[in-house]
Amino acid sequence: MKSSVITFPGSNCDRDMDVALKKFGFKNKMVWHDDNELPKSDLVVLPGGFSYGDYLRCGSMASKSRIMQSVINFAKSGGLVMGICNGFQILVETGLVPGVLLRNKYLEFICKNVFVKLDNKENAYFKNLNKDILEFHIAHNEGNYFCSKDQLKEIEDNNQIAIYYCNKEGKIEDQYNPNGSIKNIAGIFNKEKNVLGMMPHPERMIDQSLSGEDGSIFFNNLINNIK
Amino acid sequence: MEVNEQIAIDHGLKSDEYKKICQLLKRTPNITELGIFSAMWNEHCSYKSSRLHLKKLPTKGKKVIQGPGENAGVIDIEDGDAIVFKIESHNHPSFIEPYQGAATGVGGIMRDVFTMGARPIANLNSIHFGSPQHKKTKNLLRGVVHGIGGYGNCMGVPTIAGQTSFDSSYNGNILVNAMTLGLVKKNKIFYSKAAGLNKPVIYVGSKTGRDGIHGASMASASFDEKIEEKKPTVQVGDPFTEKLLLEACLELMAGDSIIAIQDMGAAGLTSSSIEMASKGNLGIEIDLNKVPCRETKMTPYEIMLSESQERMLIVLENGKEEIAKKIFDKWNLDFAVIGKTTNSKNIELFFNQEQVAKIPVNILVENSPMYDRKWKKSKLPKKNKIKNEVLNKFKIKDVLKKILSNQNICSKEWIWQQYDHTVMGDTIQKPGGDSGVVRVHGTNKAVAASVDSSAVYCWAHPLTGGKQVVAESWRNLISVGAKPIAITNCLNFGSPEKEDNMGEFVECVQGIGEASKYLNFPVVSGNVSFYNQTKEVGIKPTPSIGGVGLIKDYKKMISMDLKEVDNLVLIIGKTEGHIDQSLFARTILDEKNGPPPEVNLFNEKNNGESILNLIDKGYVKSAHDISLGGLLVAISKMCIKGNKGIKISKPKSLINEIEYFFAEDQGRYLIEINKEDLKEVTKILDKNSVHHEEFGIISKNDMIINEKTKLTIDELKSYYTNWLTKYMS
Repeated sequence: MKSSVITFPGSNCDRDMDVALKKFGFKNKMVWHDDNELPKSDLVVLPGGFSYGDYLRCGSMASKSRIMQSVINFAKSGGLVMGICNGFQILVETGLVPGVLLRNKYLEFICKNVFVKLDNKENAYFKNLNKDILEFHIAHNEGNYFCSKDQLKEIEDNNQIAIYYCNKEGKIEDQYNPNGSIKNIAGIFNKEKNVLGMMPHPERMIDQSLSGEDGSIFFNNLINNIK
Repeated sequence: MEVNEQIAIDHGLKSDEYKKICQLLKRTPNITELGIFSAMWNEHCSYKSSRLHLKKLPTKGKKVIQGPGENAGVIDIEDGDAIVFKIESHNHPSFIEPYQGAATGVGGIMRDVFTMGARPIANLNSIHFGSPQHKKTKNLLRGVVHGIGGYGNCMGVPTIAGQTSFDSSYNGNILVNAMTLGLVKKNKIFYSKAAGLNKPVIYVGSKTGRDGIHGASMASASFDEKIEEKKPTVQVGDPFTEKLLLEACLELMAGDSIIAIQDMGAAGLTSSSIEMASKGNLGIEIDLNKVPCRETKMTPYEIMLSESQERMLIVLENGKEEIAKKIFDKWNLDFAVIGKTTNSKNIELFFNQEQVAKIPVNILVENSPMYDRKWKKSKLPKKNKIKNEVLNKFKIKDVLKKILSNQNICSKEWIWQQYDHTVMGDTIQKPGGDSGVVRVHGTNKAVAASVDSSAVYCWAHPLTGGKQVVAESWRNLISVGAKPIAITNCLNFGSPEKEDNMGEFVECVQGIGEASKYLNFPVVSGNVSFYNQTKEVGIKPTPSIGGVGLIKDYKKMISMDLKEVDNLVLIIGKTEGHIDQSLFARTILDEKNGPPPEVNLFNEKNNGESILNLIDKGYVKSAHDISLGGLLVAISKMCIKGNKGIKISKPKSLINEIEYFFAEDQGRYLIEINKEDLKEVTKILDKNSVHHEEFGIISKNDMIINEKTKLTIDELKSYYTNWLTKYMS
């Protein structure tokens, strides 16, 4: 299985994602933002970080970089594109997924483990996962997901909500919402479910010595689904 | 502008220093030259009050690859790997403008580390604020934390440990000390020593602006009521540019183009060019028209003294300009050949085809002033005699509650949750433990780091305090199973021109030296920050010690959370009941006098090494050093983190219970072992003559101190975790 991780100026989780993808069997290539063409890929990842220093708006400038046209075409043709953290912000800016990501409700960067509940397993990312609640890790300043009422209705009608912030038992309540996201949304799909944007970093949870191992479950399942 | 003595004094130079300059130059300097002298000869850059004493610190050791004198120290961690590390202060700017001051402090120290070819792998910080009730404290704390996070998070370097304290002596002068560790291959370390004639000198990174002019001079003076006017001397950071600069420099360093490299930190282009020339015993010629400038009509004086951030000066091999330029173009950074090395041994500056400065390098560096300042020796204060009746008035539970929620003990999660501590995917011990630990990427090794200071002890008796900080750093590394290797120090003091403050400095340094020598824990880098003083009031002497140690097999790392019910907890080291200068004495008894606890270096070494031996043999399940707050605070943290209780055995010592639980005797640890291993562990400890006693048995829920005193883990948690969040909301 082939994957590509895009490095933008200011990306800083690109190496971590490379390590994770390789650990679970992907043949991964790092792709420079200024390249024209994506290499042949089964999965494209927009990694976390601070592309273009978050200047203008998080993800905004990266969404206009040269490689993104190729990424957008790949997504529109049904290819799997996953944006993590800043990658999610970039996806939102391209319009591949709906909504926007605002500054965290308490106006502070937040780095900690969170639980997320899967809402929809009818997709390449979560199909066959034998768990509904995963422990992931977040590290962001602008992860407060927001969209209009009409958009929300559409997202819900199309089953586009991928994961919610919740507690250990899967309860989705305000007190388990770390950043003020509407409906505790931690990640969403495009309509076709081939594009996934999410704030949590599964690549930081791939080893029992790190923050946990639910990232391993996620990546193992993902590569099996793609095979 | 004609230069005269008054202008020199306005630049922070003393009258006799100005006379010395004229004498050495055999003429009056012009304004650009005067600016250069003032930048090189201020306290911050020249170490003129401290040099004499710093020379006495032990800086060598088997594992030391590079000691003080370079951008950072370097130690050997085997297999061809090395760790580059240093701590540095950014106190003055952080008080004036907390966000930018702290941010650029973090940026500056990371630059020092990657200048040497190392990729930064961990950040730490030691930050000190005034009394929580002081009107400025909350905003300063918020600004500093945002600044540290803003820079480090964007760089993608995890912040893995730190220290925060509150004390009214910092009301007018907060402290912000930032530390970075970087990883490099031993054979790919870069130095700042220029070599060879007619080699191109290149400038890379951000453009030069008017920000930070005289920043280093500002950091070499006390504050007064006009401090707000100094805002323009604070630099403005751009972590995004620094991230690009990091990647571009490492890319260039992978090849063989670089002869020498030096970041432009304090005193910018001035100190970087002069340092490279001085170390190479060469001259350097710079055409200032070629320096990329952000603003128009910048004068030579401004260009030389700007402290704009994210800039580097590099001496390249001839013919490598194109290769280098291509890399910096790729990363969208400025690149300019601005001069060359010469054999004149002068620094020569040109502007609009005219020579605007010519100074022999040696008189700037070797002839810089050095003072043997007058200092006052401190006496060891007399012990307080606290009567048992006084101590017996207190209920253990009430005291514990107060101490656990004290601002200097309570959880600092509100702070470190704002720092990305997991990026790079190798953080195996997060902030909140005894040391932060990161794996050496792709290996079985891990590096532990901790930063410590004990201003109260240093204030009570500087010599003992100096020793104690080094010992505490050592214990914090031991507690996670790391073999301590070396330290970096950030020496924060008041005015060296005051005998009391200078005495504190001299004796703290002496204490640091004694302990680091005894523990074979050499000082490989550091920085001095004097004039942490507003008008007549100086801070408590606050040397911060950053310790680094190695864990050969990261799976053997130890953490403080209690692991298993029915396991035993032992106290290692003797509890004598020293209560003077303890948190109990100062906050509960309101007794501020008395000596700090004695530091017995033999015991420190012996106890620490014995614990490492036990860890290596697999006997230790969890460990924590006993420091501020004493025994009960230490066990409370272990209970809270492990979510377990403990039944504490009746103390065998004859000392009063309060003294037993809240004394701050040094050289002590708590360790958790299996019951079955008790015999073997006891044998090893006895053989090494290490004092040990049983402290208690781990239970499921409660902390049972005696028949009358019981606390639930939730109670402990609520005391420990809430203070800071409440304070900041």
